[in-house]
Amino acid sequence: MIDDADDSRRGFLKCMAWAGTGALFAFNGGVGSSIGLDSAIAAPLIKTPTAPFTFVQVSDSHIGFNKPPNADARVTLREAIAKVKALPNRPDFMIHTGDVSQLSRDDEFDDADQILKEAGLPVFFIPGEHDMLDPDNGKAFLNRFGKNSLGTGWYSFDHRGVHFIALVNVADLKPGGMGNLGAEQLKWLKADLAGRSSSTPIVVFAHIPLWTVYADWGWGTDDSAEALKLLARFGSVTVLNGHIHQITQKVEGRIAFHTARSTAFPQPAPGTAPSPGPLKVPPEQLRGMLGITDAMFVRGHDRIALIDSTLSS
Amino acid sequence: MTRSYRILTFQAAALIACSFLMFTMAAMTKAAPAPVAAAVTIGNFTFKNPVVTVKPGTTVTWTNADDIPHTVVSKDGVFKSRVLDTGDKFSFTFAKAGQFGYFCSLHPHMTGMIVVKA
Repeated sequence: MIDDADDSRRGFLKCMAWAGTGALFAFNGGVGSSIGLDSAIAAPLIKTPTAPFTFVQVSDSHIGFNKPPNADARVTLREAIAKVKALPNRPDFMIHTGDVSQLSRDDEFDDADQILKEAGLPVFFIPGEHDMLDPDNGKAFLNRFGKNSLGTGWYSFDHRGVHFIALVNVADLKPGGMGNLGAEQLKWLKADLAGRSSSTPIVVFAHIPLWTVYADWGWGTDDSAEALKLLARFGSVTVLNGHIHQITQKVEGRIAFHTARSTAFPQPAPGTAPSPGPLKVPPEQLRGMLGITDAMFVRGHDRIALIDSTLSS
Repeated sequence: MTRSYRILTFQAAALIACSFLMFTMAAMTKAAPAPVAAAVTIGNFTFKNPVVTVKPGTTVTWTNADDIPHTVVSKDGVFKSRVLDTGDKFSFTFAKAGQFGYFCSLHPHMTGMIVVKA
């Protein structure tokens, strides 16, 4: 299970299903990869002269969801935040990759905000389609969680040499289509990346996967290829998504893709059910299918380490 | 005998008149634009009857039977529901003939069409 920090494995991303609730991301210079928690925290990081940093991905908290298999998504989000607080390395911040709420209601956003604040960490948000359901198509979300964002909620920031890009692919969706970034956002992305050194490690996060996981269920982004083309020259790109409430991952060139578990309810694997509706698992199985993703960046190494862990650990 | 015959004739005439009246009434009912309704159920992330053909003046009601919220949004901006949680309904009356494509703005792979023709 443990994939140690071996340079020969450049370009390979592997995610360890830690018997817990998250994924740990660590950068090693070029391509994102995930390694076992023991390896990530004990061996390779102690050797490096630069202190690593970690951040945590929380996704699809769906506050307001109250149907089988989860009578109260607030309870499981609170458990996820308790996991974050208990991590051996205190993360620098959290990212929430969308579907904060179930129906974009003020009380749902309020509850989510209160629970997420219990971690005592800054949180960077992007909306999911469930956060765009107010009469103003997402204003309620942006007023609360996207104050300094552009357009429908996109932005970028730098943290300890890593460039983070938050993209929105749930606005103005087209009939018959999947996720959509849109021309305006792609133009902004091009300008945002222009002039940056190709050695800058990049982390992109967006709600719907930026590669096609399963078109029949709309699990992809119609114009993601245009975004990925702009990212292709960078040596290390890690793409973190939610939406599908399960872990999937792949590596394409120097781009590593990863989706996180939900903190609310699991969804079926592609094509294994008549619809992508909530998997109605028995109560004793639920927490084994919900979780968080923990990410670790190590300067001078060539990959990001990801550790997914569940609430039942 | 004569009397009975007359009575029968009267009865026949009455019957014929009555039938005529009923026919006329039925015709009148048919001519008047009576309210008509059609229903579309949303389930398993699909519009269960994706193409529905109705007459002008029909009110179509969508009901979300899924455990995930959906919307009903016209492709051409003709109608747009608020978000429909489980059990919620949305109705729209189609006054004019035409083809009205629609989709779920949360899950845009879900599409349907209302065909309105006289």
